[in-house]
Amino acid sequence: MNAVLENLRSRRMPNIATQGAIRIDDVVKIYDPDGAAVMAVDHCSLDIPAGEICMIVGPSGCGKTTLLNAIAGFHSITSGSISMDGQLLCGPGKPKAEPGSDRIVVFQNGALFPWKTNLENVAFGPLMQGKLGKKEIYEKARSMMADAGLSGTEDNFPGEVSSGLRRRVEIVRALMNDPKVLLFDEPYRALDSLTKSVMHEALLEIYYKNKVTIFFITHDLEEAIFLGHRLVIMTSRPCKPKKILEVDIPHPRDYSVLTSPRFRELMEETSAVVHEEAKKSFAAGEKEG
Amino acid sequence: MSKSIARLKNRLFSRASLRACIALVVFVVLWEIGSRSKQWLGVSLPWIGQVPAPSAVMSVWGDLLTNRGYWESWYLSLVRVLAGFIAAMVVGIPLGLLMAVSKTFSGLTFPTFEVLRPIPPLAWVPVAIIFWPTQELSIAFVTFLGAFFTVVINVVGGAKSIDSRYFQAAQAMGASQWDIFRRVVLPATLPSIVVGSSVGMGITWNVVVAAEMISGGGSSGGSGGGLGFFIWNSYVGGSYEQIVVGMISIGIAGYACSEVLRAVGGLATPWLRQR
Repeated sequence: MNAVLENLRSRRMPNIATQGAIRIDDVVKIYDPDGAAVMAVDHCSLDIPAGEICMIVGPSGCGKTTLLNAIAGFHSITSGSISMDGQLLCGPGKPKAEPGSDRIVVFQNGALFPWKTNLENVAFGPLMQGKLGKKEIYEKARSMMADAGLSGTEDNFPGEVSSGLRRRVEIVRALMNDPKVLLFDEPYRALDSLTKSVMHEALLEIYYKNKVTIFFITHDLEEAIFLGHRLVIMTSRPCKPKKILEVDIPHPRDYSVLTSPRFRELMEETSAVVHEEAKKSFAAGEKEG
Repeated sequence: MSKSIARLKNRLFSRASLRACIALVVFVVLWEIGSRSKQWLGVSLPWIGQVPAPSAVMSVWGDLLTNRGYWESWYLSLVRVLAGFIAAMVVGIPLGLLMAVSKTFSGLTFPTFEVLRPIPPLAWVPVAIIFWPTQELSIAFVTFLGAFFTVVINVVGGAKSIDSRYFQAAQAMGASQWDIFRRVVLPATLPSIVVGSSVGMGITWNVVVAAEMISGGGSSGGSGGGLGFFIWNSYVGGSYEQIVVGMISIGIAGYACSEVLRAVGGLATPWLRQR
């Protein structure tokens, strides 16, 4: 099994991260609003090797975000366990993981602090962790922003730049923490499709330069196939993997991939499955979340 | 510096300020005609016919500008407003933050707070006079109450509505509880503090004037009892022009206070400024 994985990794991943492997083992999450038990995650198991871009695809409200929140340490799980690089994050006797700078979330609507300038936002994590001196932190922040094409926006507030740039600032802010895993919660949902395509390429570029594992939630199939090494299509609530699919289009990718025959094939192969779950979810009247 | 002067110039000569000037002039002219309707038109218009004309008011005002008592009224009212307002901020902001942050504290204090809040500040005047040793303190206390409840309610509302994503992001990036309070809760609440304080400032002016009328102008009495007392005194003395002078003075004072607050608020929340 390990040899197979190794083989896969060397073939698919230009960025060979050695850390940030996530193992989700038989996780169950039951919410209990007013005594009415609602199962959000149903015996979900998933292995994400270090350095993979793992796309979690599922209808709105299927419980994908619950899984992300469990990894990030924002919410507890009911049973099962989640570990990173062999170390338990949460599991028996420890229902909620500690939030930490090794797992940074890029939120659906963005969580840049509007009262801090972009530069201050980017420098926030290292300043809080006290890992470096102030001067080094700001130097690093400036150079990382420059690398991401954000020069000239350092002293703007997030509210003063376009939403696409804001997302980029947020990703840079996440990377400043040297995370092992980046957790994306439908970060490009609110963007128009043109901005989205630019953001996708920018994200891949950032990914190629940094050794991170990416756990990316979306309900946009095109986005999922374009970015991911692997697609995990979830069932509608309660959520568990329904179909796992390798995307055998080699990285590095650019937007020409979208018109390739293989891309179309993969779209066809998956859209029926996704559509079926979406219909179920719609019939069940699930709310967003 | 020259840039800000240019901006000021632009603002002064903009279309908006031209409109404001025209509106003011039209208002004053109509008022003058209304007041002098008996003299000019032969019939006294209802209500406005009894009001002293702006020209008469201006001439009385001109005399008052050199009157020490008039300026003392300004000073006294301003001091009371500021005392009450600052006390309300100093007590109200931490109290509001505590109520927002701690469920226990909020559970213990909020019911009492909500019972006291609807009581109009002026209903406190008799009690305030009994409670406090000097009339000056009584008036400041009533003024304080005027701003206090508004400030607290706004701070609580602002701090409670902070998006949980900010807390989660800060926590994941290694911020301590204290860091989160200082770098997330405080700045995120600032806009509500600014709003609460500007509303509160308006209320303090309402309250101080009424309190001065009721309590007879505080300890100094006579002609130096604040703008509220100045109006009341003018009424008793039968100088209707002075009443209007007092009213306009309060309007100007209140407006100036709001402008100062707005400027300070703008400096404190630069991310909300439109560039």
